[in-house]
Amino acid sequence: MKIILNEQQLAITIQRLTHQLLENHLDLENTVLIGIQPRGIYFSDRIVQQLRSLVAPEAIHYGKLDITFYRDDVRTGLHELNKTEIPFSIENKNVILIDDVLWTGRTIRAALDALLDFGRPAKVELCVLIDRRFSRQLPIQADYVGRPIDSMITQKVMVYWTEKHGKDEVALL
Amino acid sequence: MQLSTKHLLGIRDLQPDDIQLILDTATQFKEVLQRPIKKVPTLRDVTIVNLFYENSTRTRISFELAEKRLSADTINFTASGSSAAKGETLLDTVNNILSMKVDMVVMRHSASGAPHFLAKHIPAAIVNAGDGINEHPTQALLDAFSIRETLGTLAGKKIAIIGDIMHSRVALSNIWLLKKMGAEVTLAGPPTLIPVHIREAFDVRVEYNLRKALEWCDVANVLRIQLERQNQPLFSSLREYSLAYGVNKRLLDSLNKEIVIMHPGPINRGVEIDSDAADSKQSIILHQVENGVAVRMAVLYLLAGGTTKP
Repeated sequence: MKIILNEQQLAITIQRLTHQLLENHLDLENTVLIGIQPRGIYFSDRIVQQLRSLVAPEAIHYGKLDITFYRDDVRTGLHELNKTEIPFSIENKNVILIDDVLWTGRTIRAALDALLDFGRPAKVELCVLIDRRFSRQLPIQADYVGRPIDSMITQKVMVYWTEKHGKDEVALL
Repeated sequence: MQLSTKHLLGIRDLQPDDIQLILDTATQFKEVLQRPIKKVPTLRDVTIVNLFYENSTRTRISFELAEKRLSADTINFTASGSSAAKGETLLDTVNNILSMKVDMVVMRHSASGAPHFLAKHIPAAIVNAGDGINEHPTQALLDAFSIRETLGTLAGKKIAIIGDIMHSRVALSNIWLLKKMGAEVTLAGPPTLIPVHIREAFDVRVEYNLRKALEWCDVANVLRIQLERQNQPLFSSLREYSLAYGVNKRLLDSLNKEIVIMHPGPINRGVEIDSDAADSKQSIILHQVENGVAVRMAVLYLLAGGTTKP
């Protein structure tokens, strides 16, 4: 097992990504953040928490998206359902999709399809904590990357969060 | 995450975990139905035939809508106007339809056990949409979903099922489900419409006095008198039935609490329930219909998932 980000590095990375988001979306005007269920939520929660100390909390529009019904592998097995909560319109908004690990790109493909059923956004960007380069199965890239890593297909990236696992850490198994 | 059965033939075959899974999944589908685009691409490679050998309005429309909201392809078959009228057997009809590469069968039939018979002979997944006087599982599931939505839970709640218990598949499915989920059940109606040993068979209460049943319950599920299934007179007249067992607003107002009124439809207004009760604030009859689509989407999704071997 190799530790990719320890607690301190993870906190700094989240801080940096939050500032990068703000750099491109000043005051978050016309911008909404959407975390992808189930595991992207822990990461997006942290980013939103950081944002609250930097901009007026009422300027933050934060939603959660479950992509289960849009998966391309329903017939090979069922997945746990989670709640979708997008209590605002995304029509003509800049949407920032947030997930923890970008790997094959299939989750993001499903998320894009799901998103379009809620309206027509002006622009969609992708923010991920870990980018597993060279393992994409679809032409999808992230706009904001916490840490790019090279990994083999047999390896697993584990992201631990204090809320769920009792520690903040990213490891490669 | 998977149902323990391949078909939905009846609530009888389901485990409490299955029921919980269907109801939880339906909650997510209900959210889908509130979206600007009320449709998901989940079952776009699945073809479903709706095989209706008996009349239906709500159930058929509800299933068809559920299938379309899941992006499945659908074919509708009704017995009248088909080759069934020329003497083709049920199994032949279904095998012919299946040879055109159909994945699931939603079926209503006037013979109890017809879907169970099919399940033994064909490879496709079968959803029972009502068989004779046996079961109507999706109705019981949507009733349970509606009760849970209104009261928060099923466990410990008191449900009175009122009317023609003898001929009602809705009653039987409801009894199975409510008992599995830990609710208390009272059956109310004239003695001729309540099967003799049902009290011992299901551990339910039987009450011949409507007022007493209503005073006891949290929810009253009022059933239709199924004249089409009664081949001998079981009460003297509809008017007399209505006087003794009809639910009306005056009766509801005289209770010391506000109970929830349900009805699976179609309503015979003025017989088992009066308009002032059916259309009152206490009635969740139209919510039941709305929830029916979400519950049927959940059932179809759970049965279609994981069906191709990798």
